[in-house]
Amino acid sequence: MTTVVRAVARVLPVPAGAGLARALVERNMLAFRHGWIVLISGIFEPVFYLFSLGVGLGGLIGVIDAGDGRLVEYPVFVAPALMAAAAMNGAIYDATFNIFFKLKYAKLYDSVLATPLGTRDVAVGEISWALLRGLLYSVAFLLVAAATGVVTSWWAVLTIPAATLIGFAFAAVGMAATTFMRSWQDFDYVQLAIMPMFLFSATFYPLSTYPEQWQWVVQATPLYHGVALVRDLMLGQLGFGLLGHVAYLAVMGLLGTVVAARRLQHLLLP
Amino acid sequence: MGPQKPDEPPGEQRLPSIAVTSDPALIYARGLTKRFGELTAVDGIDFTVERGEAFGFLGPNGAGKTSAMRMIGCVSPPTAGELRVLGMDPTTHGPAIRARLGVVPQRDTLDEELTVRENLIVYGRYFGLPRAIVRERAAELLGFAQLADRADSKVEPLSGGMKRRLTIARGLINEPEILLLDEPTTGLDPQARHLLWDRLFRLKQSGVTLVLTTHYMDEAEQLCDRLVVMDKGQIVAHGSPRELIEQYSTREVLELRFPPEEHARYAEKLADLAAQIEVLQDRLLLYTNDGDDGAATVHARGLAPLSVLVRRSTLEDVFLHLTGRSLVD
Repeated sequence: MTTVVRAVARVLPVPAGAGLARALVERNMLAFRHGWIVLISGIFEPVFYLFSLGVGLGGLIGVIDAGDGRLVEYPVFVAPALMAAAAMNGAIYDATFNIFFKLKYAKLYDSVLATPLGTRDVAVGEISWALLRGLLYSVAFLLVAAATGVVTSWWAVLTIPAATLIGFAFAAVGMAATTFMRSWQDFDYVQLAIMPMFLFSATFYPLSTYPEQWQWVVQATPLYHGVALVRDLMLGQLGFGLLGHVAYLAVMGLLGTVVAARRLQHLLLP
Repeated sequence: MGPQKPDEPPGEQRLPSIAVTSDPALIYARGLTKRFGELTAVDGIDFTVERGEAFGFLGPNGAGKTSAMRMIGCVSPPTAGELRVLGMDPTTHGPAIRARLGVVPQRDTLDEELTVRENLIVYGRYFGLPRAIVRERAAELLGFAQLADRADSKVEPLSGGMKRRLTIARGLINEPEILLLDEPTTGLDPQARHLLWDRLFRLKQSGVTLVLTTHYMDEAEQLCDRLVVMDKGQIVAHGSPRELIEQYSTREVLELRFPPEEHARYAEKLADLAAQIEVLQDRLLLYTNDGDDGAATVHARGLAPLSVLVRRSTLEDVFLHLTGRSLVD
């Protein structure tokens, strides 16, 4: 992923970097060795949701239409959505709270930018780090889901890169948003955007539940595309429609990266 | 300082960036300007820093020293004028220049999530240096900064002096050709300052070019071969500490303390005794070449100051002479 980000970043009119984003990833890994407990808690959150909503509540719901007239057990329906939502939540948490702290309080990037690293390296490095963490969570979740018996197709392996793509889209936009934040109060706006997406992006029930005039609103949100992508892959329903979801998330991530790097330039290199 | 040519338009002598590498000047600035909206922080300054010297920017807070340093450090693009660092243009060769600079910012920006040793190692990795090399250099620098016994401690509990030494050690991890120090000893106690000065002197001996800002005249005298005095974004004087004192001050200064309200009145009475008199809040400064002789005359005239001090002239006096204000307010 890092290579792709870097390659595309080189083509786009983004601020300079020295191609040393990996040094920042290394720094974060080292810092995390002192705080690994946070890492563990990120693994458990989606797993708890899976057991409470999928297995627990799912027992009362029975089968559900997963699109194309395909009926599946509720846990099978909801597990991919939880995986997509977890990828979003993890990426947003990393790219907003953590970055804001480093930017405003730890002044980490002030010292980083005195070295050959540029703002593009900072943006790419931090986003890559969020993706690496997300990768760990996705793999853990998929293993638990498989053990629970809700994974029905080998195509489900592709949910790992799909979840990483969701993480990329949200980490990049989250980081870009963070550069506009003035205080911790502003984080309520993030919650205001994330919470409804988590609940209403055809996460817990099919899109067809909505009246037709509302369906396009849901379909315009990024998490909807993430959920649809992961769900189709986990159920093994491959089609060209998946490419649309991929394109939506990829463009969102690239735009976020460019804006984040530009804003960092504006903030840190006046 | 080399001969200044303020009448030369900036950019006139622009050379291809590769060719200038043979230029002996490590830093070359002509008409260098930095504006933030309405505020002009650096107002068209000219200076040249040669390899191996210790060069200082002396001036009060807000004189434009830090803005000048940030431009040299390639973290703030100049608004106008010409700037060459290591023969390259900071706006186009930022990463290449920064790879050869060491930076000690005004406030310590150490990584509080890492240990002392990890701070050095991670910083070295930002320069793309191999792990084995940064590990080796980190061990050496821990010794240099006298922090070897705190290597695996977190940063937060360190004393101010220790953090400062660690910040300097961090700035040396890439074996820089130029070390930029922004107010290196501000906020440190006297003992910590002297230890730091000793370390910086050793660095200079080993051939590192030092560029520093300070508002302490004793620091400038201790460390700088040459310096520029800045005030309100402009360079108001330049030379070696000795030259500046000779040019703008007298050999000695006679400090007299009278009851606070009466300093102006006494200044009139003593005007003929000195080349110049400065009236400060708490004392009178008489610039003279023989302070003891002046003090004797004061007593002979039957004036009885509360205290009398004869001292050598310092850069503080130079600054006072040039601007009418003291360096640290």
